[in-house]
Amino acid sequence: MFDTIDAVLLARIQFAFTVSFHFLFPAFTIGLASFLAVLNALWLWSGKQKYLDLFRYWVKIFALAFAMGVVSGIVMSYQFGTNWSVFSDKAGPVIGAPMAYEVLSAFFLEAGFLGIMLFGRDRVGPGLHMAATAMVAFGTFLSAFWILSVNSWMHTPAGFAIDPETQQFVPTDFWQVIFNPSFPYRLAHTVTAAYLTTAFIVGGVGAFHLLRHRRRGEHPTPATRTMFSMAMWMAAIVAPVQIFLGDLHGLNTLEHQPAKVMAMEGHYESHPEGAPLYLFGIPNDAEQRLDYAFGIPKLSSLILKHDLDAPLAGLDTIPDEDQPPVGIVFWSFRVMVALGFAMLGLGLWSLWARWRGRLYDMPWLHRAAVTMGPSGLIAVLAGWITTEVGRQPFTVYGLLRTADSAAPLEAPAVGASLIAFIVVYFAVFGAGTYYILRLMAHSPSSREPRLKDSSEGPVRAAGLTPGRQGHQPGE
Amino acid sequence: MPIVSDISFDLTTIWAFVIAFAVLTYVVLDGFDLGLGILFATERRRRDRDVMMNSVAPVWDGNETWLVLGGGGLFAAFPLAYSIILPALYAPLVAMLLALILRGVSFEFRWKAQGGRWIWDAAFIAGSTIASFMQGVALGALLQGITVDKAARAYAGGWWDWFTPFSAFVGLAVVVGYALLGATWLVSKTTGDLQERMRRRAWFLGLATVGFIAAVSLWSPFLQDGYFYRWFEGTHILWAAGVAALVAGLNWALFHALHVHRHDHWPFRAALGLFVVSFIGLGLTMYPYIIPTEITIYEAAAPRASQVFMLVGAGVLIPVILAYTAYAYYVFRGKIDEDTGYH
Repeated sequence: MFDTIDAVLLARIQFAFTVSFHFLFPAFTIGLASFLAVLNALWLWSGKQKYLDLFRYWVKIFALAFAMGVVSGIVMSYQFGTNWSVFSDKAGPVIGAPMAYEVLSAFFLEAGFLGIMLFGRDRVGPGLHMAATAMVAFGTFLSAFWILSVNSWMHTPAGFAIDPETQQFVPTDFWQVIFNPSFPYRLAHTVTAAYLTTAFIVGGVGAFHLLRHRRRGEHPTPATRTMFSMAMWMAAIVAPVQIFLGDLHGLNTLEHQPAKVMAMEGHYESHPEGAPLYLFGIPNDAEQRLDYAFGIPKLSSLILKHDLDAPLAGLDTIPDEDQPPVGIVFWSFRVMVALGFAMLGLGLWSLWARWRGRLYDMPWLHRAAVTMGPSGLIAVLAGWITTEVGRQPFTVYGLLRTADSAAPLEAPAVGASLIAFIVVYFAVFGAGTYYILRLMAHSPSSREPRLKDSSEGPVRAAGLTPGRQGHQPGE
Repeated sequence: MPIVSDISFDLTTIWAFVIAFAVLTYVVLDGFDLGLGILFATERRRRDRDVMMNSVAPVWDGNETWLVLGGGGLFAAFPLAYSIILPALYAPLVAMLLALILRGVSFEFRWKAQGGRWIWDAAFIAGSTIASFMQGVALGALLQGITVDKAARAYAGGWWDWFTPFSAFVGLAVVVGYALLGATWLVSKTTGDLQERMRRRAWFLGLATVGFIAAVSLWSPFLQDGYFYRWFEGTHILWAAGVAALVAGLNWALFHALHVHRHDHWPFRAALGLFVVSFIGLGLTMYPYIIPTEITIYEAAAPRASQVFMLVGAGVLIPVILAYTAYAYYVFRGKIDEDTGYH
């Protein structure tokens, strides 16, 4: 069955599949961890029950999403070796170190304090519980820091030499390796994307319950109103910031990976007197042209060069064997940008509704927010596909080709593992998504049961400690 | 070849110790929670299963992180070994990863599934058992040798090379050994009938574990000449006798703690001791090879600049990790008992 398919292509599909699935969970939990830390701090500071209710509501969802992120992440740390062994041998001396730092500084921090955050409020008291919650949030950020540094190095390698004997990349300056040219932009853009993703999920759930309360003729609970309001503040403030950061990241990409920007823009041809911004078109790699193109003249030059008449080179200046596949990059980029502007639109709409005093009483706004609930996840994947496919045909940009990076595996082995991953991931993460949606469908009630009291939480019986069984104030 | 005196404490050796420490920590920590998953099959009452799972729910995630450090550390410190061993063990490692996914999500999912709880109980048992077995298979396959093309710096064997009677036997040994760790862990964390059953199981599992340790120790010297000389040539046989005496002593301690003193915590410590001694024996068998007997730790080592940069972080962070991990265990210390609380 797999005789006719290239083992490298199968390995690429497997990596794309497993990393895309994995990425959805951290994209959600990075923001959610911070949201939980903020909620817990607000509860401790104000003593308002609604913040504790929201913390208990979202911490159950966090526990599920985080577990799925952990187990799908372990796969990633091994797949570099199992499927991309040549890449691992060559790049390991450089990127292995920041990855080891990710494990040491981030993964252990998250895992070590997660148990206390989920189950330990009674056992350690409110102060240490707050500290543990903050540590988990900080750990998710550190994890993003290191892994995005590694990923950025693959796009804009720096601080290395090549060992003539082993052909390995060897580090000459780790500061340059970690803070390579695209890293600050990618980190800011990706972490902000994670915050927006969480904001839109929280907002979508809040809007869903506002609509349901309205349909039933009930007053929305304070917790429901607060989560919708907090999410809409995030949308209104962070979405424009994100568009600005995305623009900076794009300019950085133009400087270091011009071929990727050409593919994003659909610029097969060079435009010596100002390049158009194509809104639509069908990329045709074989003929090297954009069919049915519709664009706004000179706007691309204005955006990328801040000058209407600035010349922009096209893919006709890049050798065929060094070009990324244009179709995927062109479309995934448009999906991401369109969703970004839709998020901005919803944020502005919510500001208007708030100004009119109708934030909780505008069904169409709530319907839009429910529809936009998963928009962050889709935008994050689209953006990831844009940057990763845009790096092709290289794993280490300009230096190591994808075709030369793969492990010496036979196609049937990779094909069989790919099928196993697909079956297990859809079954397991499908079930997990169903459980998360079911938790979200239940309204955040006042006096939200804690994880350990409800019939559905693990460690409801986690060992009792003598002397700490008494009623805890505020719990 | 003397065993200990030629270990020089250069950076490469230090990194070999760091990776070995991460793997050993993984084996004993995730070993007991994987073993608990294997023993899930023998406990059918829902409340017993709830108690078992609750005893590891706050810590399993941290336990499994040591596996990521083992893999990630190997990638960073010995990239050549990482890029040869992982493709060579492709099938068992993929199976292990998928099994770890199944059991990892079961911790959360079984509380959420209403009618379908049995699915996640089954996934927890199957995932724990398969992951343990595959870890043993991977160890066996590494010990028996991997075909390497040194000029190409790559694995040069087929994709079924890992599967032999020896690797399958080591797989069984690890399943039994992890079950012993799980049973003794439960002796220390539970009370009543469940604890009593675990005491009895730990007794059988302890005997079986020692049997497997003996069998693997006698089998492996015949896999590669180097192993044979290391353990049986000249005075080295004294080392072998010493290790055997230690294993026998720990075994005696285990039985004594289980049934004579009926102690709650010492059985687990004795089982940990068996793992530590076996692991040190393995390390002595392999040293200085990281892929016996093809690639030494020196051939596989990352350049000095990488070793130094990482050692700064590891030297600071590993003690900190151990401190807050110990704190998390301390917070969740004590018996798990659903309705009577702490006596």
